[in-house]
Amino acid sequence: MLKLVVNRLGLGVLTLFAVSVLIFVCTQILPGDVASAVLGNQATPEALAVFRKELGLDLPAYQRFFNWLWGAVRGDLGVAMTNKRVIIDELLPRLYNTLFLATYAALIAIPLSVGLGILAAINEGKFVDRAANVLTLITISVPEFFIAYLLIILFVVNLDWFPSLATVFPGIGFWERVYITTLPAIALTLLVAAHMLRMTRSSVLAVMSSPYVEMAFLKGATRSRVIVRHALPNAAAPIITVIALNIAYLVVGVVVLEAVFVYPGIGQLMVDGVAKRDVPVIQACGLVFAAAFVILNTLADVLVILVNPRLRHQR
Amino acid sequence: MKILGHKPTTTAWIGMAIVLINLSIAVFGPLIAPYSQSETIGATWDPPSAQMLLGADQIGRDMVTRLIYGARTTIGVALATTVISFFIGITLGFSGAVLGGWVDNVISRLVDVILSIPLLILALIILGVFGSSIPVLILTIAVLDSTRVFRLARALGMNLTVLEYVEAARLRGEGTWWIIRREILPNASAPLVSEFGLRFCFNFLFIAALSFLGLGIQPPFADWGGMVRENSAAINFGMLAPIWPALAITVLTVGVNLVVDWLLSIESRPSGAQAEL
Repeated sequence: MLKLVVNRLGLGVLTLFAVSVLIFVCTQILPGDVASAVLGNQATPEALAVFRKELGLDLPAYQRFFNWLWGAVRGDLGVAMTNKRVIIDELLPRLYNTLFLATYAALIAIPLSVGLGILAAINEGKFVDRAANVLTLITISVPEFFIAYLLIILFVVNLDWFPSLATVFPGIGFWERVYITTLPAIALTLLVAAHMLRMTRSSVLAVMSSPYVEMAFLKGATRSRVIVRHALPNAAAPIITVIALNIAYLVVGVVVLEAVFVYPGIGQLMVDGVAKRDVPVIQACGLVFAAAFVILNTLADVLVILVNPRLRHQR
Repeated sequence: MKILGHKPTTTAWIGMAIVLINLSIAVFGPLIAPYSQSETIGATWDPPSAQMLLGADQIGRDMVTRLIYGARTTIGVALATTVISFFIGITLGFSGAVLGGWVDNVISRLVDVILSIPLLILALIILGVFGSSIPVLILTIAVLDSTRVFRLARALGMNLTVLEYVEAARLRGEGTWWIIRREILPNASAPLVSEFGLRFCFNFLFIAALSFLGLGIQPPFADWGGMVRENSAAINFGMLAPIWPALAITVLTVGVNLVVDWLLSIESRPSGAQAEL
């Protein structure tokens, strides 16, 4: 089992490397280079040369890649092209904000959707199950901002319970931060809960067709007992995978919702970077998002190995 | 009435009606729009009235007119993206399945890497480097989305290449391209059709999200995602302006999903079985 875990972790590191290559390549496929794109076609050759030197573009691509990657590993993501700020200083507080929001949403979404998914599986074909099916189909097919605006209309305009803008600032109290980020967290929850619920339901039901579950029914156990005691432990692995995948989607959904609620997270930083075509900022944010995604998926796979009862004994 | 030899369910009829209405609005937009696209009729965010059924937008243009013109850009771009994505994905997927060996390995590993991070992040990086214009937008998302099509097409192709009739075609000396076109494609078309619907929804929402972030379709083109963005400030005054384009996006996605659900339910039934659902 240890070997499997180590293998998976190794694969995670390899993926992370491959992804960083991909991100770097994506920023290099421009015909010409970043310097000419930014300075436009009125730039003098001298200005181009100076700017290229400043960006380190006079080095060969592989050398720039390793400089960039080595810098990123040590926490040096370079300097923003437009405002010359050190990227890491701007990125870290925003990363904290984004992680705070994502964690908050995950803490609501996971128990809610797994619980309801099991409930839907227990009541398969009954009213609860059908209602869950229709509701989740609707939430899956609507755009993120639609849910967010409906929530704003309900909770901000009509009920006046929350502020419509989730403006947090350094030094804000913990509970005030929780209060302010509640609405974005609910919106995020609705986005990911539907997938998690459906997958939990179908993984539980998939296990339900196995012979040992039939055996449990035949010996007279109630449906809810069979599901909770017999089916659920074996349905855990796919559920964990789905949860991890959806937490990873939280990270992406955050980009749009941060824009709706004007929340100062890393998604906003990236969108601003793209709008200003500030390549170092885009690279840095892309790398952070990608790393979060790969790390979460790797952790989930390790967890799946750990919960698999068949791998618990040394052979 | 039967379509494709099956009787559509009520929800499938609703879905088809939604899709058809949206498509005809996209095609005949300028003929049915009450005003012209850039005409200022009222004041900022005028409430709905007899002249403007859904009120005015942020600079006083008629919301209904903007929605009708927006249908054309939004649906057109998403459709073009999906078609290109399918062309790339199916070609590469079937080639991988038929040729096997290093071709298959190289494409598959590349796809694995691309799919190991969210497509939105890659799309943002590429749009950040190239700047956002409609051709760049379509190509970027088509290439990124083709990775998912590739996975499906390759899996379908893998199941078909081992069948006798493909073997027979190979033995009588047909070329790879001929085998892909004449033997594999017709037999893989049913699952690909429903996948087309799903990928269309995904691309449609993806482009809407990018436009909402201000990085997708740029003004002066009206598009639903961008309209949500332009009108978003109205929500703080309790006005519904950004809800209409968002609702239009939602309705079309739900409509396509309803049709796809029905298509999937036919496919999973054994052929000839006409069970009423």
